Amino acid sequence: MNNTEIVKRGLARRYAREKRFQLYGRCAVMVGFIFLALLLIDIIVKAMPAFSITEIRLDVAVDRATLELPAQGELTPELLDGINYAGVIKQALRDLFPEVTSRKEKKLLYQLVSGGAEFNLHDLLMKDPGLVGPKPLSIWVKADDDIDTFYKLETVTSRVDERQIEFITRLKNEDRIRTAFNTTFFTASDSREPEQAGIRGALLGSFWTLMVTLLVSLPVGIAAAIYLEEFAPQNRLTDFVEININNLAAVPSIVFGLLGLAVFINFFGLPRSAPLVGGLVLSLMTLPTIIIASRAAIKAVPPSIREAALGVGASHMQVVFHHVLPLAMPGVLTGAIIGMAQALGETAPLLMIGMIAFIVDVPGGITDSATVLPVQIYLWSDSPERAFTALTAATILVLLGFLTVMNAIAIYLRKRFERRW
Amino acid sequence: MQTSSLIILIIGLSVVSYLTGRNRAQSSRGKGRLLALPTHYGSMTAMWSALPALILLLAWLIFEPGYLHNQIISSLPEAISSQADERVDLYVNNVLLAVQSGAALDNATIRHSANAYIEAAHRSRMILSAIVVVLCLSGIAFALSRHLTRLHARRRVEAIVKLVLMACSAVAIFTTIGIVLSVLFEALRFFESVSIIDFMFGTSWSPQTAIRSDQVGSSGAFGAVPLFVGTMLISAIAMTIAVPVGLMTAIYLSEYASPKFRNSAKPALEILAGIPTVVYGFFAALTVAPFIREVGTSIGLSVASESALAAGIVMGVMIIPFVSSLSDDVITAVPQAMRDGSLALGATRSETIKKVIIPAALPGIVGGVLLAASRAVGETMIVVMAAGLSAKMTVNPLEAVTTVTVQIVTLLTGDQEFDSPKTLAAFALGLMLFATTLVLNIIALHIVRKYREQYE
Repeated sequence: MNNTEIVKRGLARRYAREKRFQLYGRCAVMVGFIFLALLLIDIIVKAMPAFSITEIRLDVAVDRATLELPAQGELTPELLDGINYAGVIKQALRDLFPEVTSRKEKKLLYQLVSGGAEFNLHDLLMKDPGLVGPKPLSIWVKADDDIDTFYKLETVTSRVDERQIEFITRLKNEDRIRTAFNTTFFTASDSREPEQAGIRGALLGSFWTLMVTLLVSLPVGIAAAIYLEEFAPQNRLTDFVEININNLAAVPSIVFGLLGLAVFINFFGLPRSAPLVGGLVLSLMTLPTIIIASRAAIKAVPPSIREAALGVGASHMQVVFHHVLPLAMPGVLTGAIIGMAQALGETAPLLMIGMIAFIVDVPGGITDSATVLPVQIYLWSDSPERAFTALTAATILVLLGFLTVMNAIAIYLRKRFERRW
Repeated sequence: MQTSSLIILIIGLSVVSYLTGRNRAQSSRGKGRLLALPTHYGSMTAMWSALPALILLLAWLIFEPGYLHNQIISSLPEAISSQADERVDLYVNNVLLAVQSGAALDNATIRHSANAYIEAAHRSRMILSAIVVVLCLSGIAFALSRHLTRLHARRRVEAIVKLVLMACSAVAIFTTIGIVLSVLFEALRFFESVSIIDFMFGTSWSPQTAIRSDQVGSSGAFGAVPLFVGTMLISAIAMTIAVPVGLMTAIYLSEYASPKFRNSAKPALEILAGIPTVVYGFFAALTVAPFIREVGTSIGLSVASESALAAGIVMGVMIIPFVSSLSDDVITAVPQAMRDGSLALGATRSETIKKVIIPAALPGIVGGVLLAASRAVGETMIVVMAAGLSAKMTVNPLEAVTTVTVQIVTLLTGDQEFDSPKTLAAFALGLMLFATTLVLNIIALHIVRKYREQYE
């Protein structure tokens, strides 16, 4: 048997092996894609219920007798403020179902509507006292979150009583129940009640935190990149700085949180839970990203431009600030946006510095207590109420939306301004 | 004056001084040869006015709280200030609270101290404002008194700018030092109360310290071995998924796929790396974990609802793009000549890959895998949301385990005093985590760099 025959005998097996190997490769690529698709689909499906909310129409009696207002005279804000709105809403519910008399059933009936209904009515009357009169006011109020989940998903859970299901069926027959777009999700802040909870506070918290991050990390990052790329002498110290930057890029984010807690909060006494501290911690985290991207962009500017500027008498500093930096700016900004996107999705270090407090107020500045979008996701995913799962998924969609936009801008910048010399 | 209004004042004065300096240089153009552009003279005047004032302001802001703290203590009656440090601190906090919110002002001692505090704070601010204004103005005056034709304004300005650039690049060093010092100091304080041997080799972890010192188990147990085991277990699961899948993806994309497919598949896979970890955590806790539990129960296995497997799988998927992009880089760096040589000898493509390319790229791949491992060890949100809290010593992936990062978060997110061993334990764990990832990173970066030099 000569060599050719030996080779030929093995060929079929070798080709089969080749095919199999290629198949493994395809499968590996597919695994990534399938997981990505599953993740997105799962979150979108889970998020859908959060964008709509069930509302119930009540005919609220708003005559002066029922509201316990004086029969005559002007309706001052103090008078309107003192009305027992909860009682009025309950009365309206009892009017819908006159046959409900027992204590237990009444309680079930009252649980149909959200606890926020009385505040809606309060705001409505405060805005327009002219509504007070003999004509009953027909308003849509939000249903309680358990009722909402039941009505939207049509699944029976232990949290909805059978008697309540009867109520809902009757409301449906009388055209008194509907699902509407959930604007509360975008206009309200965190709440213990899912139907009253929204992401506005977290959005603004993220905004303030990112502002601090951007204002600190962009100038410092660019300056560091310029120094290392243009001015730094080749010595041990410069090497040490470079090693540090590369290492910092790989330090677990939670360690930065420990740094923030020990240094910014305990040593410098900055306020806990504030976007100021969060922003500082995140800027330390994003600095390596920005420095590395900026250095690459500065390095890409061809030496001919530097030499031309030096040739007509510019100083080194003028060359850098008048010519190199403007040409490198698209690359620098791309890096900055990617760094900001990372910072926007970061959670762990912010838990360390106390941004997980339950905060109802919308933060008005960088020293107010605040929470951010990813932390809000973490907080809500821990809540036992089922409706919070949908809110969590919806918040994730909002967060992913922001990340997509930021990355799209980065890609656009890169494509639009990238120059090859 | 408030800090913000002081800063605005300094900025305003420096703008004025910039304009003055520039105009002075411009108007003296005919009188003699200037050594720099008028804008340089302007910048130099502005720097003289702003920099000393800003440096003073910064120093003041750092030292002011300590000074005020001492003022409060000295205003306290002897009976209180001679007590233990913690009691005094409590008292000081009460005073600060009284100043901020007006609470507890009915207490005469607190009211007295609060007034002393307010007075001291007021005095400190007055002095600060005065010095800042004087510094600004004298800086301007000094800059304007210099002779224009003998002043190298550009060189001065550029030297200062260069200093600022240098300081910015030093931030990286300061960050590292800050991390090391902050975790090290707190960890050392922790090791004063718990011996380092018990911490490193103890097998029982239950950090619930009791409120009263005479309660049973008041000291808590701080043996971190179960945490290390849990971290290893979850990271190992993650790596068994990420390494084969990531490596095969890299091989397929760099050796087999058409350029068109490669250009669209690569960014699509990078999306996996861009998704925030909290999203993975949500997916792991609410979708993957229940699914695994259901499957497990249906074939008769008992699966914990917070199994290590769920967290590990999801973490593995998160790391796939990390492994694949690092391996991709090293595989493409293997010289084409080696490929051509192997193919010319009659080897199939898969044989070339297995026998030539992978061995050649192995150091780089190992470096990438180590970097990915350090990622897995330090990953927090997935395990916080999907792994459990019970510190069990087990290698069964279907049971709930806890990790170092989970414990750090749990220990630090409750409301407790900063000095309790419980919070300090978090810093000791942080030190272990930082040291582990640092060693992994340094080895990995070293290997990667060395490998790169080989073919360049």
